[in-house]
Parts: sequence; structure tokens; C-alpha cells
Amino acid sequence: MPITKDDVLKIAELARLELTPEESESFTVQLDAILGYIDKLDELDTREVAPMSHSTTASGDTEYSRRDDVARPSLGQQSAVANAPDSEAGYFKVPKVIGN
Amino acid sequence: MREKYEPVIGLEIHAQLKTESKIFCGCSTRFGDTPNGNTCPVCLGLPGALPVLNREVLRKATRAALALHLHINHESIFSRKNYFYPDLPKGYQISQYDRPFSEHGWVEIPTSERNATGQAIEWRMKRFGITRLHLEEDAGKSLHEGMAESATKSYVDLNRSGTPLAEIVSEPDFRSSWEAYDYVQFLRRTLLYVEVCDGNLEEGNFRCDANVSVRLKGAEKFGTRTELKNLNSFRFLQKAIEYEIDRQIEVLEAGGRITQETRLWNEREAKTVLMRSKEDAHDYRYFPEPDLPPLLISEAFIQAQREVMPELPEARRRRFVAEYGLSFDDAAQLTDSKGLADYFEAVVKASGNAKAAANWMLNELVRELNHSGKSINDSPVTAEALAAMIEMIDNQTISGKMGKDVLIEMYQSGKAAKEVVEALGGAQISDVEQIRAMVEQVVAGNAKQVEAYRGGKTTLFGFFVGQTLKASGGKANPQIVNQVLKEMLDS
Ligand SMILES: [Zn+2]
Repeated sequence: MPITKDDVLKIAELARLELTPEESESFTVQLDAILGYIDKLDELDTREVAPMSHSTTASGDTEYSRRDDVARPSLGQQSAVANAPDSEAGYFKVPKVIGN
Repeated sequence: MREKYEPVIGLEIHAQLKTESKIFCGCSTRFGDTPNGNTCPVCLGLPGALPVLNREVLRKATRAALALHLHINHESIFSRKNYFYPDLPKGYQISQYDRPFSEHGWVEIPTSERNATGQAIEWRMKRFGITRLHLEEDAGKSLHEGMAESATKSYVDLNRSGTPLAEIVSEPDFRSSWEAYDYVQFLRRTLLYVEVCDGNLEEGNFRCDANVSVRLKGAEKFGTRTELKNLNSFRFLQKAIEYEIDRQIEVLEAGGRITQETRLWNEREAKTVLMRSKEDAHDYRYFPEPDLPPLLISEAFIQAQREVMPELPEARRRRFVAEYGLSFDDAAQLTDSKGLADYFEAVVKASGNAKAAANWMLNELVRELNHSGKSINDSPVTAEALAAMIEMIDNQTISGKMGKDVLIEMYQSGKAAKEVVEALGGAQISDVEQIRAMVEQVVAGNAKQVEAYRGGKTTLFGFFVGQTLKASGGKANPQIVNQVLKEMLDS
């Protein structure tokens, strides 16, 4: 299924990206080409291959990459907001949002 | 008009799993700490930070899943749920999607409609399906009011960001707001029993959303549903669902259509209000979280948790009825918390009197506890102390009536029953000889009444009892007084 310009505009909106008309045209062509490569994989017979969601698998090790429930020191309020564009009283300050 | 329709309700619960540290980093989960104090590169979503799963989360989630008869998947995966909001620093939430931690569960619980005063009409058992329980991280908190520039700014605290949550999704099996109410209460109680969640609604560690639709009775297809949020008490949940059912029926009866939308409960105005419509509904674009390997759970791991599972509230309630002969209501009240149920069984064990244990707890002790805002675990009267008092009543050292004063004094002073009884002026007099002496005096001092009584005026019997009790300072055992009086007057 080819990528349409509407798809590109929707993806741009979801990603909060502003595209010029030229950009949306060229991205439509580019994205369509990229997905074309992936379509090529459909030519392979994968009926006997188990689906894989990760390139790193735990290969049966149930304790792989886990930690004990121990609270460790955090960065602390000052460091946490130090690089924020705007903060007050230890809070990050952002343009007003309502609801969620 | 309402009778024509059938409500269909599904519930989503977010329960915070009780851990010391967050789900993917070592920051503390403590509530109420200084804003953004408990944060690090992982839960702030700084570039390059990598999540590492907290194994305690898995133990707690396993116990919750077992309590809800869920099948735990030996392999599940974490996924990214993508959306933008200031309290979600990474721009995605690590959650689970097509392969959740556990699926296909159920609970079977007592439920009842309520009359206008909120009294249960008739309890019956009903089974509700649980679609899944999956793991995810919580978002931070946004403050929209009360700060210097709140008119134009929102304030974000990321201490809650990365707190472990279990999302528990039910099947659309509820047919009334009270069924939903009973289920949510039951779920909270169960999670408290298995010690995986504090269940504190004020602190937001137990939250509930409801999906509500209505359809004509007998119809197969579901109606269009609305999602209700901001239900931060059990009563709000029940009232919001009730309101929403009425609202939807009204719209349909007027020839309108229900639109799929999210609505918020507004307690002050006692109604649900539109929050967002389907047009701006999210498109989350879930995909597998590449930073976390597949979540593998071994059978041995599940078994280890199965072995530390306590008896669950519903099983315990039934056992209390069967084993101790308690009424449904008493058993339900005594199994409301694990602490209360444990206390009850400790009193029964020490006193051998289940009926009395239930009565003293539910009529007296619970009232005192509520009065002083204490939980059973902080009761100044221990189970053993209450049992000792019950024994004093059972062996007639004190009367039941005196027991009430004794218990209150025990509660206030923390003293043992025996000490309190002595301080209150001594135990009940049950010694027959002692009572006989008192009765003899009463009989001797009321010759005229004795004559009248023996002449047939038997109603005077109460007079003699009263005189004897008075003579004893209220301490004589009334049953023995009766017995001795009968012997002396009727002989
Ligand atoms: Zn952290």
C-alpha cells in the first residue's frame, strides 16, 4: 500500500512536526521508497520462523537485566531542574495545559 | 423508560505496586517528597538513560494476577505508548500491549443493588471477567492551580514518573453502577490482602476509569461507549456511572446519537462533562520497547509467589460463615481487611467464643477505632486482651452490660480487663452464698410484699430482683439473683 500525503501529514502532526508543502511532497516519496524496501521482506517464506520482537533476547535467562528493589540516591531537585528552560519552586514550568 | 435499556460497563484500574524504588530506576517512590527530588536520568527521560526492571514489581504483579485468577504469560513484552504531554518526559510511556503480563482472569463476588438510603437489597454472587493485568510506568504530575503563574503556566513534578503500575482491565460485564462499585471495592480489598498495593485513593495509588454504554434490552450489539475519568472515590464512580447511564438514555430517547468521547466527573455539579471527543482521540502507535528484553517469568517464580499467598477475602468470608456461624454481613465486615480478619481469628482462638468476638468487635471496638481514626492494627486493645474480657463475661465474673464500660476503659487506658474491672469497683458477684445473704435481707425487710407475692401477686417478683440488685450495688449476677429468689419465695 503506497504512502499518501495524508499519511505523511498525520504522522507529522502526531510527531508535532511542521512541514512545508514541499517537504510533505518529498517525504511522501521518500517514505514510500523506504517502505518499499521492507515490502521486499514479504517475498521471503517466514512460515517456519518464530516472530521476534527484540534483537536482544534473554534466551531463557529469566533474571536477565533486572535489579533489586533498593532505593538509591536521586539527582535531587536542584540538579533535576537545572537544565530546564523554565522552572519555579523546584517544578518544571511549561505552557499551560489543561486536561490530559 | 430506564427499564427498556441495559447498561454495559467495563472498568480499568490503575494500581500502584508497593515498592521502595521505581519500576525502571532506583529513585524512591515515597509520596509527598520535595517536587522533582526523586528523579534521575531514567525517570526524567534524559538521552541515553536505560531502564532496568525492578524484580519486586514482578513478585507483586504475580501475586495480584494469581488473586484474580489470571493466566501469567511466561513471556510478555514491554511496548512504547507514544503521546505528548508535559508530565511524560520521554514522549512515550513504557507499557504492555499485545503480549501483556497476564490475561483471562475472573472474580466471583457478592454484589447487590442498593435502596434509596444506600442499604444493600439482596446479595448474590456474580462472576466478572478480567481481560488482563499488565505492567506499566506511571507519568508525573501536573499542577494547574495554586502557583505564582498558574494563569499561564502548568507546573510539573516528575517524582511519580516511573512509579510501577498494574493496569487491570475488566470485561464489559457490569450491568449496573452498584455492580461496578462492589467490584472496585473488592479489587482494592484483594490487592490490600495480597499486600501489593496501598489502595489509597487520595494519594492516587488506586485509580479507576469506567467505560459506559447502554443498549436496548435483548440487543446483542453494544452501544457507543463513553469513557469516564476523574473518579477519585468509590461513591463518585458509582454516581458518575449512574448519571452517565441516565444521560445516554435521555439522548437516545430524544432521537440523538451517543458520540464516543471521554468525560470527567464533576462532583460539585454532580454531572459528567465532556473532556475530549473521538476526533482528537490518541493514536498511540505502540511498538516493542527496544531497551528492555522480553519479560520471562518461570513457573518456579510463580510457584514461589503462590506459596506466600494469604487466604483471599472471598474465601475467608465464606469460611467465617461456615466455620464460625457468622451472618453474611458480619462475615463481610470482618473480612473487609486482612488486619480485621486476623484480629477476629486471634480473639476466637484465645476466647473460644466466635459469636461474642464478632459482636464485641463490630458493635464496640470498630466504633471506638473509627472514633479515634485508628486502624485495627493500632488498636490499643489487643486481640488477647479482648479475648480475656470475653472470658470474664463467659464465666460470669462481669455482666455483659458491664463489659461495655470495661472495654471502653481498656481502649482508653490500654489496661487489661482484670485491672479495669478491679478499678471499676470489683467484679460481678456470682457467689450463691453471698447473694443468698442479700436476698434474705430483702425478704426480711419487705414482709408485706412477700405476703402479697405468696398470695398470688407474682408480678412483685421484679421488685425483689430490683431490691437485691440495689443492695449489691448493681454487682450481683442477675441470673443467680433470680434463681435464689425463686427458691426462697416459692418454697
Ligand atoms: Zn529515576
